[in-house]
Amino acid sequence: MRKFFTTVSLLVALTLILTACGGGAATQPPAATQPPAATEPPAATEPPAATEPAATEPAAGEAVTLTIESWRTDDLSIWEDTIIPAFEAKYPNIHVVFSPTNPPDYNGALNTKLQGGTAGDLITCRPFDASLQLFQQGNLASLNDLPGMENFGDVAKSAWITDDGSDVFCVPMASVIHGFFYNKDKFDELGLQEPTTKEEFFQVLQALKDNGDTPLVMGTADQWESATMGFQNIGPNYWQGEEGRQALIAGTAKFTDEPYVKTWQDLAEWAPFLPEGYEAVKYPDAQSLFTLGQGVIYPTGSWEISLFEKDAGFNMGIFPPYVENAGDTCYISDHTDIAVGMNAASPHPEEARTFLSWVASEEFATLYANALPGFFPLSNAQVTLDDPLANEFLSWRQQCESTIRNSYQILSRGEPNLENELWRVSAGVMNGSITPEQAGQEIQTGLEQWYKP
Amino acid sequence: MQQTKRRSFPIHIVVFLAPAVLLYTVFMVIPLINSLRLSFFALGNQSQQTFVGLQNYIKLFTDNNFAPFFWRALRNNFVFFAVHMLVQNPIGLLLAALLAEGGRIRNFFRTVIFMPTVLSVVIIGFIWQLILNPLWGVAEGILESVGLGAWFGPWLGKPETALITVSLISVWQFVGIPMILFYAALIGIPEELMEAARVDGASAWEAFWRIKFPLILPTIGIVGILTFVGNFNAFDLIYTMKGANAGPDFSTDIMGTLFFRTFFGQQLQLGNPTMGATVAAMMFLIILTGVLLYTFLWARRVQTYEM
Repeated sequence: MRKFFTTVSLLVALTLILTACGGGAATQPPAATQPPAATEPPAATEPPAATEPAATEPAAGEAVTLTIESWRTDDLSIWEDTIIPAFEAKYPNIHVVFSPTNPPDYNGALNTKLQGGTAGDLITCRPFDASLQLFQQGNLASLNDLPGMENFGDVAKSAWITDDGSDVFCVPMASVIHGFFYNKDKFDELGLQEPTTKEEFFQVLQALKDNGDTPLVMGTADQWESATMGFQNIGPNYWQGEEGRQALIAGTAKFTDEPYVKTWQDLAEWAPFLPEGYEAVKYPDAQSLFTLGQGVIYPTGSWEISLFEKDAGFNMGIFPPYVENAGDTCYISDHTDIAVGMNAASPHPEEARTFLSWVASEEFATLYANALPGFFPLSNAQVTLDDPLANEFLSWRQQCESTIRNSYQILSRGEPNLENELWRVSAGVMNGSITPEQAGQEIQTGLEQWYKP
Repeated sequence: MQQTKRRSFPIHIVVFLAPAVLLYTVFMVIPLINSLRLSFFALGNQSQQTFVGLQNYIKLFTDNNFAPFFWRALRNNFVFFAVHMLVQNPIGLLLAALLAEGGRIRNFFRTVIFMPTVLSVVIIGFIWQLILNPLWGVAEGILESVGLGAWFGPWLGKPETALITVSLISVWQFVGIPMILFYAALIGIPEELMEAARVDGASAWEAFWRIKFPLILPTIGIVGILTFVGNFNAFDLIYTMKGANAGPDFSTDIMGTLFFRTFFGQQLQLGNPTMGATVAAMMFLIILTGVLLYTFLWARRVQTYEM
């Protein structure tokens, strides 16, 4: 009988322990799904539904921690060393933590965190639909009456506003401009000039190739470079910027039209000038190849400035995307890229709004633009830039017409996803696995499946 | 009377089973059932779930946006599995047979060959990408030094070769597992049997195929089913090396990466939890079918000898 009691008590004890464990796990889903990021602050693991008394009205001297979700892993040190200290000096009660996710994983991870209720208080906004969807799902708060919002023009806000223009939900931070970096020392050595037309561009490439250099640095392994740094870089000169982009949305232009096929033809013509085995060259490989001086021209965008200035041991220059014929109007992709909004479920809405107002201020614009040369502020504030390359990029806004990437507004709302498809076919064209005409056909067929202008 | 009563309720069995049953139920069974349930629903605008029956499955098999991806991922997954069955397991058996023959340095080789298995898949992916990198990889130099430089190509970047290359990297990593299982089975064969074979005049070759091989058949089945389950669950190596888009041109897309992209989304493509759950349910069904085939067609027919 004693044996029986022992067994039963053991069983009871075991059940208690196990149910305690199970119960504990069930009430703390945030802790369980949280990726083990070392920099995660305590605030992020708190269930956001908790209504603490301190949430709305913090007592004087009580610090509140705000967490920023971002995909800009490269900017971690700039936020931690420059931007956040400047903010905290002004608002000592608010502590800000910058918590970036690897760029390709950001959207997926953010969606999961928002659904699980573990996302940070401030959300870095991708342009257009990804953020619009978050707003419509109720994840992002409306910021119409945010003090400081009046500093932004309609174009700046266009990427983070509802289709009818009634609600704006992110504070615009920066845009990036596409173009070509080149090794100035190499150009001087061979007596080459910055090319402005397609013909000149290929002459320069040929001259470099004849000299035994790798003329053009890019790989297609990560796929997005082919679309973002190839197709969206030189394309606006063919489809005439905004005009062509709006025509696609209106349905009066098709991806099978000449401008698009010509853009892909150019990409196919780039292939012989790319490094050997470019099909397996990844983005960081290409960056290193250029900064090590082993390749001469690098099609990319202004976001590379700070990294390249740090790593490159030679003089760098930049030139805007080439035009087809001399004298054509030039167009640049001046892409509204980053904004920041507020998690609607944030337990500290007042503090988050304080931070966002500060982001909308001239102080932030100056600080950010100079800490991150290559990310150009979108606010109307007059900002002076110290970096010469950044200034040169910015000067193109006067010479050329600005546009944004054509797959971002409205056209990537359906399945198959236009942006992903552009990655795939542009890489395919550069790899020679599909022709430019096929690329246009595949994109147009995919788009027509769901998009009715 | 009391004796029979006590026997009728074997409480110790409950006690011993409880920890495992509870943990498995909470962390495996309930999530699995919930995931299967999710595949019969669709999400509306405000994230509310509506029951749609088998519509998600019909969409997965027929819709232009899902079917080509699904069938391609399934085909690629079978190629991935075939490479493992044809390369990893025979090599594992060969290595095990060599190790079981003895020799003084076998412990050294056993450890070295098993080592990659315990390394993180991220490290494996990173190292192999560096080795095969056309810009600074050592592979080209090594091939050149033996006069085969012309054979080198950007294998990971070409749609025709990427899947095979990734499969072979996975084989390199995991060849230690079949090896160690075969090795354990081979050294378990009693020496008397081999002695008898030698007395009867069997050569080493004959002895292996006529005596050892039939004796390790059950292990071959286990290795096969482990490979099958592992391969149809695979995701990490491809995600590490090729990203969620499984490029180039989805040529390395297998069920795991398709599931990840569908469920969590990718760049501008938003995640679709219910279709993701449908893909996951298909993975579960495929693996279940494989395991059932193994249990009923192989495991019951193969003679297991008591040794």
